[in-house]
Formats: sequence, C-alpha cells, structure tokens
Amino acid sequence: MAGGCDEYWREVSVAGVPVRYCRCGAGSPVLILHHDIGCPDRAPFAEALSVNHDVLMPVHPGFGLGSERAEWMRSVRDLAVLYRGLLAGLGIGRATLVGLGFGGWVAAEMASMAPADVDRLVLVGAMGLQPREGFILDQALVGYIDYAEAFFKDPAAFDAVYGREPTNDQLEAWDICREMCFRIAWKPYMYSQTLAPLLGSVTAPALVVHGADDGVVPADCAAQYAAALPNARLETVADCGHAVALERPEALARLVQDFIGE
Amino acid sequence: MHLMYFTEQPMSTYPADKGLEFGATALMFSNRYFDPVDGSRLYNEFLEQYLYAEEVGIDGIMLNEHHNAPFCMQAKANIFAAILAGMTEKVKIVMLGNPLPLAENPVRLAEELAMIDMISRGRLVSGFVRGGGQEQLAAGVNPAYNRERFEEAHDLVVRAWTETGPFRFEGRHYQNRVVNPWAVPLQKPYPRVWVPGVISRETIVWAAEQRYPYIALNTSIADTKKIWQTYDDVALEAGYEAGPENRGYLIQVHVSDNEEKAIENARQFRWMQGEFTGLAHPVWSTPSGYSSPRNRRAFVEFAAGRRANPRGQTSFEQQMEDLRIIAGTPDTVVPKLRRILEETRPGILALWGNDGTVSQEDSMTCIRMIGTEVFPAIREIAKELDLKSPFEAEAPVSIRYSTDLKAPAAAAE
Repeated sequence: MAGGCDEYWREVSVAGVPVRYCRCGAGSPVLILHHDIGCPDRAPFAEALSVNHDVLMPVHPGFGLGSERAEWMRSVRDLAVLYRGLLAGLGIGRATLVGLGFGGWVAAEMASMAPADVDRLVLVGAMGLQPREGFILDQALVGYIDYAEAFFKDPAAFDAVYGREPTNDQLEAWDICREMCFRIAWKPYMYSQTLAPLLGSVTAPALVVHGADDGVVPADCAAQYAAALPNARLETVADCGHAVALERPEALARLVQDFIGE
Repeated sequence: MHLMYFTEQPMSTYPADKGLEFGATALMFSNRYFDPVDGSRLYNEFLEQYLYAEEVGIDGIMLNEHHNAPFCMQAKANIFAAILAGMTEKVKIVMLGNPLPLAENPVRLAEELAMIDMISRGRLVSGFVRGGGQEQLAAGVNPAYNRERFEEAHDLVVRAWTETGPFRFEGRHYQNRVVNPWAVPLQKPYPRVWVPGVISRETIVWAAEQRYPYIALNTSIADTKKIWQTYDDVALEAGYEAGPENRGYLIQVHVSDNEEKAIENARQFRWMQGEFTGLAHPVWSTPSGYSSPRNRRAFVEFAAGRRANPRGQTSFEQQMEDLRIIAGTPDTVVPKLRRILEETRPGILALWGNDGTVSQEDSMTCIRMIGTEVFPAIREIAKELDLKSPFEAEAPVSIRYSTDLKAPAAAAE
C-alpha cells in the first residue's frame, strides 16, 4: 500500500498534531492501527483489504522518523480519542476497526468509548489487557532488532519485512517508537487496568485473532478479549508469531474479509 | 580548595565468572550472587574508611548511589549520609548525588536531606543527578520523562526548603497538595547543590544556569576543558563569570607507599570487565527517551553493535596515559594532579581512592596518604593557583541568591 501508492498518503491536523495516514480503496471504511514498532513501508494486508474497502491506515503520531509526537499525550486512551477525532474530521461515522498488537489496544479503547460507532472490531494479538499468565514482552530490556524479531515465528518473515540487517534509519525509527511507547504506556506496561469492564458495552461483532506462536503477547490476552466482548469470536492463526499481518498477511486478510462480509 | 574522598562501595566478592557467563553485571544480573554476609562486612569497612578520612584531615566525603549492580553497594545515598551525620564532626557530607527522577515524592527527599543537614549541624552538600539509564529501569521510573522529572523535583525540593508552608505544588509529574515539612535545612538559604555529570550537555547548561558547581566525573583533560567552556558561556549569558568555585573534578587516584603496588591496585579501577559500571546491554544504560535526541543515532548504532560506545571506552594503560587514572606514591601522584589543576582549575577535587578487590588495609593506607601527604601538597598548589572552593569564595548557593549578576554580555553591547 504505502510502497506502491505514495499518492494515497495525506496529512491532517488532529488535536494540534499532524497525523499522516494512507487512504486507499473503496467500500465500507476500515481503520487499521499498526504495531508499536511502527508502520512498515509495505503493508500487503492493508493492500488486500483495500480491494473491497475504504482503508485508512494512520501512522501513530510520534511513532517513527518524521512523525511528530503529541507532547501532551500521556496514555493510550489519549491516542484512541485522537483517532476518534481523525474519523470525525473525515466525516466517517461508523467504521470497522482493525488493531494490530499495540494498535489492537488502541482499537479496543476506541470501541469502548463509542460502541455505536463500531461497525466491526478486529483485534490481532492485541495488547491492552493484563495477562493472567505470563507477561507482555518488555521491550525496555531487549535490543531494537531482538524486539522486532520476537514479533515473528519465522526469521525469514522478519527478513522479508525489515531485511536481514535493518538499516540505521530503521533502528532510529524503532527507538523513536519505543520512546513514544514509554511516554504513553510505561506503567502499567502495555495494558490498562480499566479497559476490560468497558468492553462489555461493545456489542458490535468482534474477531479476536492470535498467532499461535505469539512471543510478545500471551494467548490469555486474546482469551480475555474474546470473553469480555459480548459478540466475539476467537481465531488462532497456526504457525505464526505476534505480527500476524506481517507474517501471514494473506491468511489474515482472508479471515478479516470473510468476517466483514458475514 | 575542597578536597574529598570517594569510593563506589564495590560489592567486590561477587563471582566475576558468573557475570561473564551471564554476559552482564548490571540490572538483570541475578542478586543470588549478592552475599549479605560479605555485604555486612563491606558496609562496615566502608564506614571505617569514611571515619578514617575525617581523622586524617580530608574535607569531604562524597557519596552516591546505584541499583541492581555489584559496582556500587549504596542503594540509598541518604543512609550513609545519615550515619555520617551522626558519627562525624567536621567533614562535609557531599551527596553526588540523589537521583531526583527516582523520587516519587520529592518532598520526602527534601525532609530526609533537611534531617541530615540538621543532624550534621550544617555539613550537607546536596548534589542531584538524573540517575543512569539502568537506575530508571531498576526503579520502574519512566526514562522518557527523566529530565522533566529531574528539573521539576529540583524545583519542588528547593521550594520545600525555602518557602514557608503550607503551600500547594501542581507540577506535570508531581502534585503535592500540602507541602509543609516539619524538617527544614539548617543551612540558609539552603544547602549547597553540586551537580555531577559526564556526557550530557543539557546537564552542564542546566547547572550553569542555576549557578550550581558542576562536578566532571573522571573526564579527560580535553573533555573537562570543553565542559568548562560550555559552562562559562552559559554563565556569562546568565550574568556571572564562572571560576574555580563552579568547577569540581572527580578522578581515580590510588596512592600507596610503593609504586608497583599502587599500579597493581589501580588496575582494580577496571575490575568490572573494563567497564566501571559493569557490563550491560546498551538499551539498559540508555533507554529510549533518556538521552538527548542529538545522540539518538549514535546510541542506536552502538546498541546494534555497529559503532563504538559514544561514551567512550579506553584501556587501563590509555587511562593512565590520559591522567584519568593516577597511581603511585605521593611523590609521583602530586605532580600529575598539579597538571590537572593547572589545566582545568577546579575548586573542588574528589579522589576516588580504590575500587574492586583492593584490600581494606591498602584502602586505609591510601586514605592515610591522601589525607596526610597528597592533600596538604594540593592545598599549597591550590593557594598558588588561586583555586578557591565555593566555601572559600563564599559563592552564592544559586543564581537566585546572587547579588553580583551583570546584564548579559550580548545585551550590554
């Protein structure tokens, strides 16, 4: 998407912050929210969805080189409110929200604060809830490449996205993403203590997806989302790590397209 | 000249091979290797060293703290400061320093320091630091707000010391609805604040803006001069001329009655596998957001093993050559220190006397010779070079209490 269609990139000011987003395709609106390690140059998952949908994929402000951060932002819920503002500003009332990993947490927050504006909700390896077993991997303790590699089951899939030796620009971008994660999700780390009860109001159909070999977010988080959302279904993608959209883009696109078409 | 003794308080009995095996001796290196029996002995040996430092005429004892690592056993500098406040009579108790961002309630820190100042009858120097990157992780404190927390906590502590309570403080990171400590410093307007540092330009600038002495931690002569240039420029802009009373220097110096033994013991300054803070993953020592964005590129490349440590890493021999480590008898040590004093002109000098596995006996010998031979000679040199400490120069505690400020040089033209 981003790689092949530069003309689809736009920028709009929301809450005083410039938000870059890619908009591509036609159909019902789908908002895709990316991982905490930034928005990769190529997004085959989003491209596949854009065949049948009006796909919007913003870069979280402050996540990556050239992405201005919101100095005032202090929580992931703040980011979710900002995206509510983005959609409203674009005149999009109801949308399908697709959140990837950290972006899944943002999507769940967005859904909880305006349940009626959710067409469908897709959470893929979503952070945001405290696992009852295990922990969400602490990126503060591992190197930039090690953390990104942990998103994949198959090292070759990492290479395909970032290259065997990620560039120094990429390293710097990951450090900037990491700083922004610390700014808004440091404590408790990568989950909310108040989100779970609020999910009960989200009656829209929800699809909770989890990579069977997710080494970043424990499977229990997916189980909790599926239990807390009244109308949710849980799907596990076999032979796949945390970054399902990057490691198994076609499989995920199929799942999501079928789900939206139901 | 204010002359001090310093030790990192090394936990020297940890099994070095286990550190090498694990690949790190900081943050995540398991405390299963911390032996409290040795710990108890070592804490008492360090106390013995401090009391002896006072006995042999040393002016000040410099204290610091670190966490989760064998290179420094002090987990709370105020603990030793409190002990020394009660057990010593003359020495200045120089905290270099309390890591402000680690404080969840700076008012409590202000109270502790006020107690130390009163118990010591006004002998506290209350230095403040940002704390290393690993300290933020060890304390669960957000590294991305380190500098904001540092500056805000400083402001709150100073207000708690100087303003009549009760008052209300509403900051970005600290909100204290009732500030009214029933413990205030004996020294007025407040205890001197010195700021140690190594690399961050922002900290040098901040210290100069506050008119707080900056203590360069074991930097090379060339780097120390660069630091003073930055400090002096900011000072002029702020309306004062910086001098020796604004400059401190900490240097690793081991003194013995025997040259070979001195050099052998000085090798212990590199005891933690060549890194005085131990081996650590770069992202532990420089978590995202902790360092200046100007250094981001260099640090990420270092973290990925693509370039050398921007903080620098040099061999023992090179450090001896650069006079960042000095070892010998007083006869050989004093001329080398003289050169540093001539070149960098500090009014505060701390000797980091021993490290690693240097025996208690050799440490005590070192302290005796520093106090009775090295420092008397340094005092004479300081007089000759007119190197006055903040106490001797009667320097104001901070810019706010300065009565000699000039209009900024640029504006006057």
